[in-house]
Amino acid sequence: MTQKNNRLIIRLKDVMRIYKVGVERIHALDGINFELSENEYVAVMGPSGSGKSTLMNVLGCLDRATSGYYELDGQDTTKMSDTALAHVRNERIGFVFQSFELLGQLNALKNVEMPLIYSKDGWWSRHKRAKQVLERVGLADRVKHKPNQLSGGEKQRVAIARALVCNPSILLADEPTGNLDSKTSDGILELFDQLHREGQTIVIVTHEEYVAHHTERMIHMKDGRICSDVKNNRDPRKKPVAANTNNRQKELT
Amino acid sequence: MTAFIRAFKAIFRFIYQAPAAVIRTSLAFLRLFYQSVFLALGQIWANKTRSILTTIGIVIGVASVTSVIAALTGLKTKVLRDFESFGTNKIYVIPHWPRTGRFKSASWRIIRFRPELFEGLLERCPSIENYTLITERSQTIGYGIHGIDGARVYGINPAWHQIENRSVVMGRPFTLTDEENGWQVCLITPTVRDELRLDQNCIGKRIVVGSRSFRIVGVVERRVESSMFGGMGSSEEVFIPFSTAWKQWNPWMYVIASCRKPELSEEAQAELRFFLRQARRLKPGDPETFRLEVIEAYLQSFNKMALAITAVAGGVVGISLLVGGVGIMNIMLVSVSERTREIGLRKAVGARSSAILFQFLVESVVLCLFGGLIGAGIGQMLTSLIARIPHASLDLAYVPIWAIALSFGFAGSVGIFFGMFPAIKAARLDPIEALRHE
Repeated sequence: MTQKNNRLIIRLKDVMRIYKVGVERIHALDGINFELSENEYVAVMGPSGSGKSTLMNVLGCLDRATSGYYELDGQDTTKMSDTALAHVRNERIGFVFQSFELLGQLNALKNVEMPLIYSKDGWWSRHKRAKQVLERVGLADRVKHKPNQLSGGEKQRVAIARALVCNPSILLADEPTGNLDSKTSDGILELFDQLHREGQTIVIVTHEEYVAHHTERMIHMKDGRICSDVKNNRDPRKKPVAANTNNRQKELT
Repeated sequence: MTAFIRAFKAIFRFIYQAPAAVIRTSLAFLRLFYQSVFLALGQIWANKTRSILTTIGIVIGVASVTSVIAALTGLKTKVLRDFESFGTNKIYVIPHWPRTGRFKSASWRIIRFRPELFEGLLERCPSIENYTLITERSQTIGYGIHGIDGARVYGINPAWHQIENRSVVMGRPFTLTDEENGWQVCLITPTVRDELRLDQNCIGKRIVVGSRSFRIVGVVERRVESSMFGGMGSSEEVFIPFSTAWKQWNPWMYVIASCRKPELSEEAQAELRFFLRQARRLKPGDPETFRLEVIEAYLQSFNKMALAITAVAGGVVGISLLVGGVGIMNIMLVSVSERTREIGLRKAVGARSSAILFQFLVESVVLCLFGGLIGAGIGQMLTSLIARIPHASLDLAYVPIWAIALSFGFAGSVGIFFGMFPAIKAARLDPIEALRHE
């Protein structure tokens, strides 16, 4: 897929995030500059401690940059109040976590409905919207199941549905396949591909190469800085494969 | 000028849009409330045992507050009813040894009343409607082979009928003629008639009272059963004219006066006091050698007692609610730390801190109200048990609606008060830390 338009979703300018541990100052983000347009499909990679999680938190408005400028969907978020940030997270950002973070007592539908509870206008149509988005991730028949009745892949699909239910500008996935076996991972990654084809902007934080090779653009981080930002040739035959994907490999060739 | 118009327009727009904003905010609030209540009920249902154990303190508190209030209300209703039947405009005048002064060790001959003392009372005391001299004594009465030991025999004036307001069911009341002639006539109660195996129509029969024979002229209705004043418990009463009794026994006597209206009670007492001080020739500064007793005084002392009981019970209930509240706070803290990841997630998907605060606050309030509900039920059960305790005069005990409202209000405020700290703790959690929490 090529980029259809160039509307900017994210613009980071000299973003710093400094933690103070005792007298020491740790530069988790040390001057990040990058831009992200609509419908981009990006992987953020790097060794642990490289600042990718911090970047994720800043992008997701869970954390504030110590200095610098962060514009999301044309809005400057650096000077927003906590309440306004909560509103931004609700409307513009969808989170997908490594460990799914589904609520055990609630069924799939209720889990997906949850962000709409906190939304101003989504509340009234939350059932309908949650059902639609569950259909979109291929779980139309699992609506009434609770998380402990779902497989790992299905759980992550529910989590993705929950991230999508508010029609976010950007989907942030933090190691979305980290808790899944490689076969299920492929299914999830294909879902991401499909969402990308449908026009969703996606950022995946991962340290697995084969996950990153699904994406169109790879950003490598090291010591809180971006050390490379490259376009990715998305020829599936060329991508490195995970251990158990031989069958799929055969089908494709 | 244009600036003025623009300002005016802005103000107008503000006024026009403000109600919409208010409606939107309150709608959002209601939505949040509805959602939080459902979440809370879900949580309580998910941790049934824990919730029940947690709310025991509240249950006990509410159950005790409702049953104590129920018992007091019952007692009060009963006592008030007794007072009403007793008459609120009666003033008892009773001989009394003062604790100090020159009459402290005076002989009984000086202290006691004589009928002459009260002559001219009605003229001197305009607030007094009527009065009767009374003397009473325990006597053996008999008719044929049947007898009653220890029946109460009262010597009364005809005015007694107006003061006591007990109707004569058969025969006639006493008249001045009976009084002036000191006739050997008597009134009896149906109980006496039945126990002496007299005929239904016993008028004109002669019974023996003490050692003399009296002719029955009428039957007065039984006195109203009263738990407070029926202490003597007997309705075996015989009434004879005061002059007859006085001639025979020359015993101790007292007076019951009735004032014209209950509101005049204070004035009537003052008049009586003045009259009696003069009649007994008390010097200024001398303590009174008589005592006035009014039913209001009893009512007041009862109210004081009820207040004291309420205060003590309130203290106990307060302590149990406090303990219950601490239990709630503890369990809410556990709940917050157990659900740290959930809180982190909710914040990540866009829940504001206030929404998290509200969620946990509602949960603790719902928990408390749930305890309050069970407590009110148990209180109701306790009340019906209390009402069955024999001879406790609590048979009228019931739980008034306001008591239920009060205890629910208390339970709710305990929930808010003790839920506030855990809720604030939850709302202040940093989403990143919370999501990393194991």
